[in-house]
Amino acid sequence: MKLGFNLILGGVLTALVILAGLLAPWLAHFDPVLDADLMNAELPPDATYWFGTDAQGRDVYSRILYGAQISLTVGIVSQIINTFIGVALGMSAAYWGGWWDDIVNGLTNVMLAIPSLIFALAVMAVLGPGLVSLLIALGLTNWSWTCRIARSSTLSLKSLGYVQAAQTLGYSDTRIMFTQILPNIMGPVLVMATLGMGSAVLSEAALSFLGLGIQPPFPSWGSMLTDARQMIQIAPWTAIFPGMAIFLAVLGFNLLGDGLRDMLDPHMRTRKL
Amino acid sequence: MLRFTIRRILQIIPTIVVVALLIFVIFSVVPGSFASSLFSDGKTAADPQLMARLNEQLGLDKPVHQRFLTYVGDLAQLDLGTSFRTRRPVLELINERIWASLQLAVAAMIFAVVVAVPLGFLAALRPGSILDTVTMVGAVSGLSMPQFWLGLLLMYVFALQLNWLPSFGYGDGSLRNLILPAITLGVTPLALLARTTRAGVLDVLNGDFVRTAHAKGLSEAQVVRRHVARNALVLIITTVGLLFGSLIGQAVVIEKLFAWPGIGSLLVDSVAMRDIPVVQGTILVIVVWFLVINTAVDVIYALVDPRIKQE
Repeated sequence: MKLGFNLILGGVLTALVILAGLLAPWLAHFDPVLDADLMNAELPPDATYWFGTDAQGRDVYSRILYGAQISLTVGIVSQIINTFIGVALGMSAAYWGGWWDDIVNGLTNVMLAIPSLIFALAVMAVLGPGLVSLLIALGLTNWSWTCRIARSSTLSLKSLGYVQAAQTLGYSDTRIMFTQILPNIMGPVLVMATLGMGSAVLSEAALSFLGLGIQPPFPSWGSMLTDARQMIQIAPWTAIFPGMAIFLAVLGFNLLGDGLRDMLDPHMRTRKL
Repeated sequence: MLRFTIRRILQIIPTIVVVALLIFVIFSVVPGSFASSLFSDGKTAADPQLMARLNEQLGLDKPVHQRFLTYVGDLAQLDLGTSFRTRRPVLELINERIWASLQLAVAAMIFAVVVAVPLGFLAALRPGSILDTVTMVGAVSGLSMPQFWLGLLLMYVFALQLNWLPSFGYGDGSLRNLILPAITLGVTPLALLARTTRAGVLDVLNGDFVRTAHAKGLSEAQVVRRHVARNALVLIITTVGLLFGSLIGQAVVIEKLFAWPGIGSLLVDSVAMRDIPVVQGTILVIVVWFLVINTAVDVIYALVDPRIKQE
């Protein structure tokens, strides 16, 4: 199997983000929160402060490394919730059909009618700002596409011989779903989850920017950009580097998702959006 | 055709009802009331008597099911309620703001279409060329970029450094104020549209009728104009419609960044103030906008391609 360019570049970028997050305690030069020093505020990039310092004199480079931990947490946890909801609903709807299928379909249509950022915003408004609310809000937001994909893949598997053989052998519905269907729909679901990580990181940044995401002083990339907005004229590096970090991380997830899709389903290549 | 249109319009009504219900349920469990956010200074608790009086005035002292019935009854008469903060009808507040949002969305979409469609076309006609590679790399980059970061950088360069354009605000409604927010908002649809156009044109180019057209001896320009462009246009129109519907959701952040007086910034401000009727009303209007445009796209699609209707 030939590995695509997308897959390799996406994999490398994603690996870099993961390494930055994991190794932050060793790679960072300063503490991301405690090493505030107003004497060193708004310094441009130099040998000590690679990416300059922010309004509180904190090292932007160190904060970006620690910010990778938050972005990865947001991306991974929200996608686990999304995938769980989407697969559970989609797979069971297609397998059982009937009124349950109608309910799931209706719910999916309603969710697709609400722009995801607006829905996340509403949930954040109810739960209040913070990391946990953010994980819940983003976890509840984007499951509808996963659900659709899980549903349509299950529908096409249901009539296949090996699923019917399992039914004849008297396997329980849950056992068939977990052992016969789930492993065969994981490919497209995984692609959705990888692409979803990118949009989760973007949504985190947007919600933090609106004051509803991660609260200061924690170094989320989104909240770093929010602070940078006030002082873009005097310290543009406080905006450039965190934005670049978000861009590269999301690019990594998107390329990885595209690459996985090309690898798993070569037919998608010509049809991809 | 009329029956198809009417059926599609009727289909969105249940969705709107469920969304209205969902919004009501979400916001009836909000911790911290409008009264407490208005009177509390964050250090000492708000005066309970004052809060009780305000809650009574706003009708918040009534039980949830009673509030819900009032909400649904008002909604049926197209009454979105009254703002807690300004005491003005929500519909009036939205009406004041929606034109600015519409202006921004239309401008962003025009920018996206004008750039993306020719680029996508040219990229598809010369697959693997430098232009194709640059367009596709640009598209995936555009999709990976936080929009407001791009907006912030554009603001820094074109407004603060070069002083060519105003950095924020609606001004007197002139085009100069519209340019930066529209470009910022237009980047995501631009990227998606360029990819879709390229994929759509590539698909059409593989069709038998294109080979036939070439075999008839038509020049490439004639083949593209008469056969490829027409067929690819169906997909492009659909995509433009769907992207236009989703723009208003993304506009929230851009409106806030550029202090653009649209319904997106109205929503964000109302969330901060816990002005629930305005929040509910704005979200509902955004959903209706989205559904109406999607329905319009379906109808146009059926008009352009009669095969759809029969399904």
